[in-house]
Amino acid sequence: MINQRKDHNIKAYILLFIVFAVLLTLLDLKYIGDEYVRRVLNLAAIYTIVSVSMNLVNGFTGLFSLGQAGFMAIGAYTVAIFTVPLESRASIFYVVPQNPALAGIHIPFPAALLLGGLLAALVAILIGIPVLRLKSDYLAIATLGFSEIIRIVFTNAKTITNGALGIKSIPKMPTMWVFFGVMILSVAFIVFLINSSYGRAFKAIREDAVAAEAMGINLFKHKVMSFAIGAFFAGIGGGLFASLLGTVDPKQFYFTMTYNFLLMIVLGGMGSISGTVIASFIVTIGLEVLRFFDNPLTLFGVTIPIFRAGFRMVIFSALLMILVLFFRNGLLGQKELSWGMVRDWFGRLRRYKR
Amino acid sequence: MVLVSFETFMQQLANGISIGSLYALIAIGYTMVYGILRLINFAHGDIFMMAAYFMIFSMVSFRLPWYVSIIIVIAFTVLLGVIIEKVAYRPLRNAPRMSIMISAIGVSFLLENLATYLFTGVPKGFPDIAFLTKAIRIGNISLTVATLLTPIITIILLYVVLFITNKTKIGMAMRASSVDFETARLMGININRVISTTFIIGSGLAAIGAVLWGSKYPSIYPLVGVMPGLKCFIAAVLGGIGNTTGAVLGGFILGMAEIMLVTFLPALTGYRDAIAFVILIVVLLVKPTGLLGEKVTDKV
Amino acid sequence: MSVLKADNIVMQFGGVTAVNDLNIEVEKGKIVALIGPNGAGKTTAFNVITGVYQPTKGSVYFNGEKITGLSPDKITNKGIARTFQNIRLFKNLTVLDNILIANHLHVKSNFLSYTTRMPWSRKEEKSMRSKSEMLLEKLGLLSLKNEIAHSLPYGEQRKLEIARALATDAKLLLLDEPAAGMNPSETMQLSGFIHTIRDEFELTIFMIEHHMDLVMEISDKIYVLDFGQLIAQGTADEVKNNKRVIEAYLGVEEDA
Repeated sequence: MINQRKDHNIKAYILLFIVFAVLLTLLDLKYIGDEYVRRVLNLAAIYTIVSVSMNLVNGFTGLFSLGQAGFMAIGAYTVAIFTVPLESRASIFYVVPQNPALAGIHIPFPAALLLGGLLAALVAILIGIPVLRLKSDYLAIATLGFSEIIRIVFTNAKTITNGALGIKSIPKMPTMWVFFGVMILSVAFIVFLINSSYGRAFKAIREDAVAAEAMGINLFKHKVMSFAIGAFFAGIGGGLFASLLGTVDPKQFYFTMTYNFLLMIVLGGMGSISGTVIASFIVTIGLEVLRFFDNPLTLFGVTIPIFRAGFRMVIFSALLMILVLFFRNGLLGQKELSWGMVRDWFGRLRRYKR
Repeated sequence: MVLVSFETFMQQLANGISIGSLYALIAIGYTMVYGILRLINFAHGDIFMMAAYFMIFSMVSFRLPWYVSIIIVIAFTVLLGVIIEKVAYRPLRNAPRMSIMISAIGVSFLLENLATYLFTGVPKGFPDIAFLTKAIRIGNISLTVATLLTPIITIILLYVVLFITNKTKIGMAMRASSVDFETARLMGININRVISTTFIIGSGLAAIGAVLWGSKYPSIYPLVGVMPGLKCFIAAVLGGIGNTTGAVLGGFILGMAEIMLVTFLPALTGYRDAIAFVILIVVLLVKPTGLLGEKVTDKV
Repeated sequence: MSVLKADNIVMQFGGVTAVNDLNIEVEKGKIVALIGPNGAGKTTAFNVITGVYQPTKGSVYFNGEKITGLSPDKITNKGIARTFQNIRLFKNLTVLDNILIANHLHVKSNFLSYTTRMPWSRKEEKSMRSKSEMLLEKLGLLSLKNEIAHSLPYGEQRKLEIARALATDAKLLLLDEPAAGMNPSETMQLSGFIHTIRDEFELTIFMIEHHMDLVMEISDKIYVLDFGQLIAQGTADEVKNNKRVIEAYLGVEEDA
């Protein structure tokens, strides 16, 4: 009986993946959707990577990190600096020439992406060593501050980053599979990690650090590990972000960007990967769709005064408040989406209809 | 490293003390809230920002004189602080600590976005309070009244806060609550009143800080509270979180460090905002309890 | 040879001396109890032994090796595991997960081999699971393995906490009031349980307990602590008739 259900589930997963692959290929080959849809979906895939990795740190390990925007900036700039074709460098760095040590170096995209992730992880380790050694209370402030400092550094280090002008002409990816492929690999990596002994150690620290330590778990080592892995994937997300937009500048990585990811993990459920994936798509698409809030709205000849620039972000921040005050578990709490859950949900829906 | 004249040095010293005492005013709010609730009140910097906007509206839109405006601004800011605690923090007091921290972030984000939406992102000029911005010359040094007055006001307010926490009944309740929240409650202390009082004092000081800040840096925008907010929390950590005198000391040191960097290493002026975080890292490595903080042992 | 030796331990918090000049020796294979009125400093002594507190003075030796100054996780890695007075399970995780977490200190593969599903890491996970299930089986908890820890009845939570400590492969078990909140019949069951695990896992047991019936029945040796001072030690009979012990307990502690 149980085996039968398991077989059934595997079949369902395969079917789901085929549907997903076909849809993505159709989108990719431009049979359906337009540039805008493709762009938003790619963005959602990138945000999924970042928010899932943030959930690893915040939801599974219980550390309050707010450094995602900063780690993304590191990944994005690494990709930008090393993948821009050599011949266009001079035209980009036209105010201050690029540092000669970097001017001649070109790295293929996959290697630059990986390097960006590794650099982000390295920086995370450097922040983590002083902050995670004791109570991790100050991690939030330290990471928020880091996000700001990295922007200051990138604005000032003109020979490396081109300062406030940013870097243009970053090669774009020919297919959506790059974004979705990396997303699937990243999420799989984190899911395997969470279900491993290391993931259980992370959860133990979240549940009760004193007891975890008494069970022989080295708190510092595991906190730094989780934090650095989270930063690695934020860096990867940032690298993809740079190649999606084709341009980077320090203003893109304002620390409030991190709050979008916070909204995603709270909506999805702190401690739920599937919830975070769903929420990432909802929030990313929502942020795009709701852009009309920022434009004046005229209904039946009456201009509604509340619709103007900035209204969308007011709604989003209010949403974060409402979620944390009234729906603290988000969509899935600490559970993962399962077929049983989907069946129950449809069952309830059917009962409602009757 | 550059050599500076004595006059420049004295001028910058006064600036450092002045900016430091502004940090100190804001840091007191952080340290008191953290002492009792173990909560980093991320919204504190934004409460400060709202106070600055209140001042602009009171003086520019309603044309009220500055001394009336200050009273109104303090009243509104205190009200805002108390409402935030009631609406966003109180319901989560028994929730996991992560939830209340997220709520604090949410309030901060909401206030910033609300300010952008209502007042636009374009910086607004802070009204000129002639009395405060008047320049005084002492020898070759020229200072505004605000620069001279800020440290004096800070010291006076520190004494008021210390008096409240050490000599009054509510102050005793506050100290008891910061040692052990649950026991204090069992001893019949009205914990809600204690927390409200903490937010009243913290927000009131932030309002005064905002008025003095605006007189010094008369450009107010929705994110104006972010950096002072982060820095002042660090000042509180530097002084020993939970310790009021420590917060003031931390604020002074931080302000001085910033101004001295700008004075002696002008090439690094762009990194002025980074100093606070370097200090944070050093404090956590060398003396995590801060300058005046006591070692707390977690109960197992 | 003594498994555990505490040498002139002094523990001060600010001006308060919680434990003063404590000397304890626990011999291999024995069940030793630490008793005393509330606030006598018993749990503080445990916290010093397990590295939660660094003693103001004195040293702790485990199998002749000095362990003072080591962090709690290092001490557990040496072979000392504990339970807590106010049960500290990983509440929202399953019974099996609680046991698996205590196995983490034996993990050899690094996290990358787990995330890439390398054969050796899968083998390790598998053997960890079967070892944990075997432990649960021995302690009669296997049928509960998929239950969430905080949903268990109180007595079972106590048992699970002991099981979790055993899963670290500890040789010395420190039990902090294992019978707290239990009724007399549960307490008697616990007594049998402690004997069984001692023999089955070749343990040495050092425990804090208030239930005098339990203490008198199973302890090979008893230490009595009052106001941070050791006031008596010896067998159950010796301690029972000690004048200072009777004084310390008179009107202070009700025997359950």
